[in-house]
Amino acid sequence: MDNNQDKVLNEVTQGEYKYGFVTDIDTEKIPVGLNEEIVRLISAKKNEPEWLLEFRLKAFRHWQTMKMPSWANLKIPEIKYQDIIYYAAPKQRVAPESMDDVDPELKKTFEKLGIPLEEQKRLTGVAVDAVMDSVSVKTTFRETLAEEGIIFCSFSEAVREHPSLVQKYLASVVPYTDNFFAALNSAVFSDGSFCYIPKGVRCPMELSTYFRINAANTGQFERTLLIADEEAYVSYLEGCTAPQRDENQLHAAVVEIVAERGAEVKYSTVQNWYPGDREGRGGIYNFVTKRGICKGESSKISWTQVETGSAITWKYPSCILRGDNSVGEFYSVAVTNNHQQADTGTKMIHLGKNTRSTIVSKGISAGLSQNSYRGLVKVVKKADNARNFSQCDSLLLGDRCGAHTFPYIEVDNQSAVVEHEATTSRIGEDQIFYCNQRGISTEDAIGLIVNGYAREVINKLPMEFAVEATKLLQISLEGSVG
Amino acid sequence: MNNSFLLQIKDLKATIDNKEILKGLNLEVKPGEIHAIMGPNGSGKSTLASVLTGREIAQVTHGSVSFDGKDLLSLSPEERAREGIFLSFQYPIEIPGVSMVNFMKTAVNEQRKHRGLDPLSASDFLKLMREKKELVEIDSALTNRSVNEGFSGGEKKKNEIFQMAMLEPRLSILDETDSGLDIDALRIVANGVNKIRKPDTSVIVITHYQRLLDYIVPDVVHVLYNGRIVRTAGKELALELEERGYDWIKREADNVEA
Repeated sequence: MDNNQDKVLNEVTQGEYKYGFVTDIDTEKIPVGLNEEIVRLISAKKNEPEWLLEFRLKAFRHWQTMKMPSWANLKIPEIKYQDIIYYAAPKQRVAPESMDDVDPELKKTFEKLGIPLEEQKRLTGVAVDAVMDSVSVKTTFRETLAEEGIIFCSFSEAVREHPSLVQKYLASVVPYTDNFFAALNSAVFSDGSFCYIPKGVRCPMELSTYFRINAANTGQFERTLLIADEEAYVSYLEGCTAPQRDENQLHAAVVEIVAERGAEVKYSTVQNWYPGDREGRGGIYNFVTKRGICKGESSKISWTQVETGSAITWKYPSCILRGDNSVGEFYSVAVTNNHQQADTGTKMIHLGKNTRSTIVSKGISAGLSQNSYRGLVKVVKKADNARNFSQCDSLLLGDRCGAHTFPYIEVDNQSAVVEHEATTSRIGEDQIFYCNQRGISTEDAIGLIVNGYAREVINKLPMEFAVEATKLLQISLEGSVG
Repeated sequence: MNNSFLLQIKDLKATIDNKEILKGLNLEVKPGEIHAIMGPNGSGKSTLASVLTGREIAQVTHGSVSFDGKDLLSLSPEERAREGIFLSFQYPIEIPGVSMVNFMKTAVNEQRKHRGLDPLSASDFLKLMREKKELVEIDSALTNRSVNEGFSGGEKKKNEIFQMAMLEPRLSILDETDSGLDIDALRIVANGVNKIRKPDTSVIVITHYQRLLDYIVPDVVHVLYNGRIVRTAGKELALELEERGYDWIKREADNVEA
């Protein structure tokens, strides 16, 4: 019986990363390394206005004065920033006019990833911006959305066509001085998605960006800016994958969300970057700054994330609750297996009166991985009647992994109610055996248990993503009970 | 005639943590029979249940077990379950977050797959659940909860019998199912077992006490002591044990050994 369980274990943990293929396509790359010339070159490649170049240069100079943060519960090997290529673009016309202009190899790639770029092939409810390496390949359903006054395009295009909007909101939530990786991103960001929902408009479909890293030795530094004007609503999805390689690759993105009065933004992520192999070789370093501001009264921002990929994850999608009666939510499932490390959580900053926040974090650790929740709940003096509820649960598979919780609470107002609950549990061999005895295989048993555990978060995802996420959880974890 | 037995155990020896617990056990169960296995604490009763269901802690060092002509020991725990071996656990396990409905649906459909049948539709499955719940008199609310989570001792045992009804096993092993039950719960559980039984399904009742056997009447009673079956007789043996305790059996067995 011993042998049998080992066999299942091996089969599953050796399971191939499904998205590890490389697309053979001509890629335009700039020289390796980082200096002011490179920053200028990236800006020139994109024909950017002067103000944006200035922004990049200021960020770059600031970045040079900064050190990589070391407070996270992560062991990060030294990153050689001069060995990275900061811009790589699949060679094709910059903005394909129609599907016929999109390189067939690119079409095939996204099709293989389950993201066909042809609108008629998509579920009609989802518009996609497909980003490979440093550029947006195609944004679907733009015309349909434009009828409602919704702008959904690549970041580069937004800079060209809606400069005043970009200038108004860029770095308004995450200034380039915010942290090391935000500064780096501000200097070298290449593309990403831009989205603006006008006053009173409920976005009729899910908007999504699919990020794909393809080229070797490159980093991906995308920038996403999402603005929901007064009383607007949008649900936004983000997915990511990368080829299987022995070297680590850096992904340092910035996402900014602005919710004006009465607006609501739901932001969902299924992060499945290549996690590295069983021995911990390769994989993506996912160092991302995501933050939203509930700027207006009664606005709401809700983050939902399912994190299964990346060798190292450093990520804290946060909400600044500035408007009175605004609401922030964070629902997270973070899975680590083999040698993966994750330090992830959220910050809920209560500035306005009657602001409410909810944090539900479910960490699942297996193999030799380390999984940390880190969260800050801050209530300032003026934020009367703020409420927070936090729940942090950790599930351990096997006895060689680690789960950690670092909750920080700073409250300067007597009327605040802040609750924190935490649990740690293990999938026991007795639970597996109980399932086995009812005819359920070890793989399926783990799937049942993990999905049951994560259900509260998965249920927050849009339907299509929920199905995907459920499968992903199972693939990432099966057989990790030792 | 090998084939006339549903279960045939020959000279079975097994260890737990390198300590020999079963020391040459023989047992033959025909289809439709109810066997009671009684014995003092530490005699190897639960180890026998572990060996039959493939639980890892028990290592088989010698002997053979055939189930319906198949080499049982070569099958994984889940294969044994799908072949129709069911264990009613002495201490049923809690699985938080996994609903009873989801759990049972997975189990039932795995078994159907094993038999080459299509999975049940959601409505057929729920209908089956309802029927079986009524059959074993289990509170409807229990099956809306997570597997055994927060169940009382009695509820857990009833839930085992409910699962047995759902899976319709060919061989059910009741491991101390009577422990911790009051007399009403005991009656409900025993009635459930009797209603589930079919003419060709067999039951092994592992118990210390006679009282469960008032309701589930055995064809054969075995006394397990020190890793071997030391006495086999009809149901009257259980009554005799109830009256006289185990000491006389221990003395007899120890004398034989000495």
